[in-house]
Amino acid sequence: MNADKELDARGLNCPLPILRAKKALAEIGSGQVLKILSTDPGSVKDFQAFAKQTGNELMSSTEAGGEYTFFMKKK
Amino acid sequence: MDDQKKLTIIATKGTLDWAYPPFILASTASALGYEATIFFTFYGLQCLRKDLSCLKVSPLGNPGMPMKMPFGPKWFKSINWNIPNFIQANIPWYEDVATALMKKTIGNNGVATIAELRELCQEAEVKFLACQMTVELFGFDHTDFIDGIEYVGAATYFEYGGEADISLFI
Repeated sequence: MNADKELDARGLNCPLPILRAKKALAEIGSGQVLKILSTDPGSVKDFQAFAKQTGNELMSSTEAGGEYTFFMKKK
Repeated sequence: MDDQKKLTIIATKGTLDWAYPPFILASTASALGYEATIFFTFYGLQCLRKDLSCLKVSPLGNPGMPMKMPFGPKWFKSINWNIPNFIQANIPWYEDVATALMKKTIGNNGVATIAELRELCQEAEVKFLACQMTVELFGFDHTDFIDGIEYVGAATYFEYGGEADISLFI
């Protein structure tokens, strides 16, 4: 999947991945895609909740070797 | 923006551990689109000091706090140091040592510092209200605190709390 911007939130813990994602989303345009890398297991549910409450679309959420990758499309 | 969700928090604790929940919840709420307000009162005022070194953590009389070392091999880090209260109370600078260890643990875990979270709240325009009565009660001066705070009373809190979707007392 292609992303317009990438956010490396690996090593960061709650609530930093969400706060950084919010900031990164502010820097891209509507319809553009942000790729987020995280190592926080709590971020899986949190990005779902973030998407649900902000209206941005969580296009995919995957895990590989303790690392989580999210693609989020800005509303 | 009248349909905007609102959060208010009353922050009453002035220790390093309890300084976290108000700033974590307010910054996260902001990221989710809430208008967030924190009313700092009593010991919560410590969270607004320019110099945050006043925030400490004490395991003394706090049976819920695991006492683990932030360094050394894994087996060593997993030991829970069960030190009886009467010994903790007699060790000089015990809180300073516990605070230093806690800060190290916070860093190891990729958890933000209080200063960082407070700044993130300010960037997100979280409103900081401080209780003027307790500022005077504790002999603080407005110059002890960061800029951008409104000094108010209980009635002003309710102006925000009465409009809020969520209100928390911490």
